[in-house]
Amino acid sequence: MSNVLNRRAVVAQEDHRTRRGRSLLAVQVVGELLITLGVIAVLFVAWQLWWTNVEADAAQGAAVKQFVQEHQVPVTEETAGTLPATRDPAAMPVGTAPAHGVAIGVIYIPRFGVEYSRPIIEGTSSDVIDTLGLGRYADTAMPGAVGNFAVAGHRQTRGAVLDNIHLLVPGDKIYVQTADGFYTYVFRNQEIVLPDRTDVILPVPAQPGAVPEQRLLTMTSCNPRFGSEERIIAYSVFDSWQPLSAGPPAAIAKQLAALQGKG
Amino acid sequence: MYVWLFRQLPGPLWLRILLSAAILAVVLSTLVEFVFPWIADMTQLTDSTVG
Repeated sequence: MSNVLNRRAVVAQEDHRTRRGRSLLAVQVVGELLITLGVIAVLFVAWQLWWTNVEADAAQGAAVKQFVQEHQVPVTEETAGTLPATRDPAAMPVGTAPAHGVAIGVIYIPRFGVEYSRPIIEGTSSDVIDTLGLGRYADTAMPGAVGNFAVAGHRQTRGAVLDNIHLLVPGDKIYVQTADGFYTYVFRNQEIVLPDRTDVILPVPAQPGAVPEQRLLTMTSCNPRFGSEERIIAYSVFDSWQPLSAGPPAAIAKQLAALQGKG
Repeated sequence: MYVWLFRQLPGPLWLRILLSAAILAVVLSTLVEFVFPWIADMTQLTDSTVG
């Protein structure tokens, strides 16, 4: 009699144990999945804020080097800054837009650092600006043309091309090198707008239908840093032009010489 | 779960450790190559164009 009772008690206990074991196992599996999700989320942030920069910096550095070496300019470390000054803008050529994803030129912005140079590529879709640098809005003007030469670049991630756009000071020079020459723009002002404000890249910004007289360079990026609720827009006005054969403007001569020199 | 998965791997301990490392590498590269770019495109956290 007591044996039977004992056995029943043992069976009940084992039953209880396996059920408890199963729910413990379920909790453990769910816990491990949650930890995995957390780790993946942290990895995603690391990928976006760090690794995309590593990849894009390499791709953009290579694109700049390729463009600069395909369009050799007469400058060496020794002659840097001693070459002729700006030429007549009346005789200035304006390039035609290349195919989507093809390099237009290189931009130099000394305010962002003495080493700062990024490629300018045709198109603003993610395949361009996510890896290659600044993308030109396809319907806007080419460098040097009357109207609005508008480009977009990432503020954070993907090379953080325009990370320091808020540090531009009116009067800062921005240099655009194309196959035709060096176009110098002077930073004028910036504004922060909502993402749907497409009129900032119109020939005359914010004035639909107006006939342009000025030659503008407009850069758009996301705002605030690490966010994209708004867009930060930086307007620059054309200042001067010189052909490639005249050598680069003095401010970027040393940098360009170094870029050309690198094998 | 991971303990259970680890026990399912064949071979001696060193082989199982090697296999886990290989599987981890495959999972990580899949995340970086396909999953993360897809999430980034979905979320538009870093859009920098107007319109």
